Amino acid sequence: MNAAQRPPPWRDVRVRKWAFQMTVLIVVLIAVLYVWSNYQTNSQASRVPTGFDFLDQPANFPIAGSDFRTTQPVKDALGVGVANTLRASIAGIVLATLIGTLVGIARLSKNWLVSKAAGVYVETLRNTPLLILVIFAYLAVALRLPPVSEAATPLPGFVASVRGIGVPWYRIDGSGWPVAGVLLAALLAAIAVRRWRLHINERSGARAHTAWWMAGTIVAVAVVGQLALGTPISGSLPRVDGRMVIGGAVMSPEMFALLTALTLYTASHIAEIVRGSIQAVPKGQGEAASVLALSNGQRMWYVILPQAMRIAVPPLANQYLNLTKNSSLGVAVSYMELTKVSRTAIANASPAIPMLVVVLSMYLVLSIAISLLTNLLNRRLKVVER
Amino acid sequence: MTSTTWRVWLRRNLFRNLRDGIITLLTAFIAGWILWKVLRFVLITGRWEIVERNLALFMYGRYPREDLWRITLALCVAAFVTTMLFSMWSRADRAGVKRSPRTMLGEIGRRWWPLIVLGIVLLSFVTTVGPWIAACAAISCLFAGALLGRALSSAPVRIRGSAVAVTMLGIVVLLWFLADGLGWDDWGGLMLSLYLAAAGMVLSFPLGVLLAIGRQSSMPIIRSLSIAAIEITRGVPLVVLIILSSEGLGFFFPQDVLPGKVVRVIVVLTIFTAAYVAEIVRGGLQSVPNGQSEAAAALGLSPTRITAFIVLPQALGNVIPALVGQFISLFKDTTLVSIIGLLDVISVSESIRKQSDFKGQGLVAETLVFAGLLFWVGSSTLSRESRRMERRLGVGER
Repeated sequence: MNAAQRPPPWRDVRVRKWAFQMTVLIVVLIAVLYVWSNYQTNSQASRVPTGFDFLDQPANFPIAGSDFRTTQPVKDALGVGVANTLRASIAGIVLATLIGTLVGIARLSKNWLVSKAAGVYVETLRNTPLLILVIFAYLAVALRLPPVSEAATPLPGFVASVRGIGVPWYRIDGSGWPVAGVLLAALLAAIAVRRWRLHINERSGARAHTAWWMAGTIVAVAVVGQLALGTPISGSLPRVDGRMVIGGAVMSPEMFALLTALTLYTASHIAEIVRGSIQAVPKGQGEAASVLALSNGQRMWYVILPQAMRIAVPPLANQYLNLTKNSSLGVAVSYMELTKVSRTAIANASPAIPMLVVVLSMYLVLSIAISLLTNLLNRRLKVVER
Repeated sequence: MTSTTWRVWLRRNLFRNLRDGIITLLTAFIAGWILWKVLRFVLITGRWEIVERNLALFMYGRYPREDLWRITLALCVAAFVTTMLFSMWSRADRAGVKRSPRTMLGEIGRRWWPLIVLGIVLLSFVTTVGPWIAACAAISCLFAGALLGRALSSAPVRIRGSAVAVTMLGIVVLLWFLADGLGWDDWGGLMLSLYLAAAGMVLSFPLGVLLAIGRQSSMPIIRSLSIAAIEITRGVPLVVLIILSSEGLGFFFPQDVLPGKVVRVIVVLTIFTAAYVAEIVRGGLQSVPNGQSEAAAALGLSPTRITAFIVLPQALGNVIPALVGQFISLFKDTTLVSIIGLLDVISVSESIRKQSDFKGQGLVAETLVFAGLLFWVGSSTLSRESRRMERRLGVGER
């Protein structure tokens, strides 16, 4: 193209695009500079520091339920907060997935009562604000539990009292490293066994039964390790000791309230995802499975569920992200997770903006980590297309 | 139903085999126990006078009592406008279908029973004559709106379009009218939540559409700015942003231009929702076949016009149910403003438990269940309507 054919610059698409982008960029920069200069002036006027030095200063507030001392720096307090956020989120994700899957399948049950009950559960919880559920679980359930002297045992092995809710858990005596080593060995052995079984399957056509073989290997190695190391892992039941609940895994009423509300609320959303994904598997798949004389269970397990899972993973990942972010509602019941810790720190003379910037970036990192994990899973499950 | 069909139904739906029967009995036992507990609480043990006496606080917080007629008027206009638009739209695409009054009443009952239940509950708490007048006025506006919408549904598109435009303008005027004479920070109760949700949605929609278009744009700077804005906002919890709005936003502006808490919360809700709206709209944009914009380009339309008149209308039509879903979650999220001390439904229920008449009596369940009911009715009605619409639009079937 020679110069004579080129349009004048104000009509050239490329020039116009760059001019437009530059204008937007400049406007954004001016806005940022304006906000930044206001921030500097206001901070100086009210003598609030703008740097991140406060992270190393003593926190001056206690955190209930942890061995955090008030003389430790603010960054340690944030560490405790992140740990509590993770604890609530991971427990919530596991429990919500279990309950949600169960309810989702129940909604598709041929049993009229079961599907109606699941429907009522989903419709009630999905349409109620989570904050109301959290506060309700705290004030009307957790704090109404009996005092520790009259602690209730709703199920054998469970203890419920206003000082803490105990559930059965495991306990590792001595160092955890040998145990971790044995578990790793078991995992590696299981992977080796899987390869061997697949090899046999390829050669002779005999059924591989990989799941059974892997589970068997892991159990065998674990039992041998357990005996060889002198039973380091044992079950641990909670019990009442004086004014405390000890043993097992003990939750504070705050943690219990947040976890219950998060789990039940997210489970109602997951149930809808599970139902939708099962219904989204083309009908022909199930019909074809029936034609091949697969039983009802086999049809569900080998044909429908694997395909439904593929559909369900992206929205499930979204729910896991939401649950993690929603754990910040612990602030309403004083559960010391990241948000509550930062709020307490701000009330104890930490500067608001730098603190909130730190907290926001921590949540961002958490979200990105969850997205990466679920993307990995998604890629594994994806159909390999030609 | 005769006794044999009744037995057949039981056999088919509850007792197909032994395992099924056991599951049925177990579920019936648990469900019956919960139902009994709930009914006993609602009808016998619940002490509802705390709600009865503070109903006004729940509904509109500290709004001046002598200005209540403004709210009544706003309610009437809102009822009129919604039913008008609604019946105009739903009439238009099934014109000619005749239904008997009985089936129509049945349909109204099936579709709107949560709203009807809420109305009965609210009026049962009422002790003065004012709310009854307001309710009667609102209900007559409801029917007037339905009749007008029905009449308009056969009118030409131009008239229907201008009716919608007048309505939109009317809503803005209405908000201004409601806020006239008193600061926004005095708003409270359910009215505050509705207002925050409406303002957040209306303001976030254009911003979200812009961000979605920016994300799909071929211009690198615009695209990366949009992606950064969307992903950062979606990666953080709304609670922290709301705390930021109350404790941090003051640092970013000169002290004399800093707006009140309610406006700051609206800003945060708008930005937060816009990021989610952007992702929804992006999904819609991607669902429009390329041939559409190529055909428009072949007709000589400019890129702006292609987006505005060809791609966007189709994209938005596809994602209306998802947008409604986002609106529902925004409505539920407005409860979070109680964390920074705005007088919303949750703050109201907290503060009335400290009134001298009810102090220390632990009326937590009564107040929170009522607060939950207010939100449940709104969001469950909206979500069922959006599912209906989804079925009618046939989203997911194409």
